[in-house]
Amino acid sequence: MFGSDPHAGFIVASYAVTAVTLVALAVWIVVDHRTQKARLAELEARGISRRSARGGSASS
Amino acid sequence: MALTDLANPTRFLALVARALPWLMAVTALALTAALWLAMSAPADYQQGGTVRIMYLHVPAAWLSLFCYAVMAVASIGTLVWRHPLADVSAKAAAPIGAAFTFICLATGSLWGRPMWGTWWIWDARLTSELVLLLMYLGLMALWRSVDDPGRAGRAAAVLTLVGTINLPIIKFSVDWWNTLHQPASVFRLGGPTIHPSILTPLMVAAIAFTLLFLTMHLAAMRNEILRRRVRAMQMVAAQREMPAGAEPVPGE
Repeated sequence: MFGSDPHAGFIVASYAVTAVTLVALAVWIVVDHRTQKARLAELEARGISRRSARGGSASS
Repeated sequence: MALTDLANPTRFLALVARALPWLMAVTALALTAALWLAMSAPADYQQGGTVRIMYLHVPAAWLSLFCYAVMAVASIGTLVWRHPLADVSAKAAAPIGAAFTFICLATGSLWGRPMWGTWWIWDARLTSELVLLLMYLGLMALWRSVDDPGRAGRAAAVLTLVGTINLPIIKFSVDWWNTLHQPASVFRLGGPTIHPSILTPLMVAAIAFTLLFLTMHLAAMRNEILRRRVRAMQMVAAQREMPAGAEPVPGE
């Protein structure tokens, strides 16, 4: 593809840095989602609910 | 669904649950197309193959500014309208903006070494972009340093709006000061100065990065709403477990 390019190392490094950064960000978002879901499930299992949820209105 | 319905986090979460799978699929397709076009685009007559770094560097630079603009609009929503999702949006966008800014700086450095003969130079464009990265990191630290999300959100909103002064400095730095960095070659009054064979992959990459930002922003907003629900429930649990007659500590 660009193996014969004299600057191939710079090109490959650019794509590698971008891929690693974006994949790390995506993994952090997925892990964070699972962590928050697990904490919510654990609190709900203890019978704890938000005041707004008990009051019937929906909010954060 | 009216736009005002999105002010309700529960309805917003329902919308995100429906939209996210589709958005992820479209983003994956766009990223694949962008990568294919970047690899099959012709080499530049002067820069050779290093022009392929542009398909990452330029969209990342645009997204670094766009993301901060989103945070600035959200900050106005926090301070003026006290919109329940405005602070959530700003906080969720900060790490994504920091990532795009880091990619912009890293790929710029990797492009600069073979083309300019240096990894880094303290000129206006590069320095102002580095300041943008420090702004993102500072805002993330501020959000983490204050326990109450409401207080943290208002302080971060003020700091975000102060930091918007850096956006025109980044954009026009190449016109206002002497710099190694080239001037604008896409969004300019006379139209783009780039050949279509290089401009097309660049615009597809920009669309793909924008879709990626939207996908990750919505997912991160969903996480932040859940985090605030966990915090609210933990406070209910703490009050329930408090001994009878004990007074809660002020400010908690």
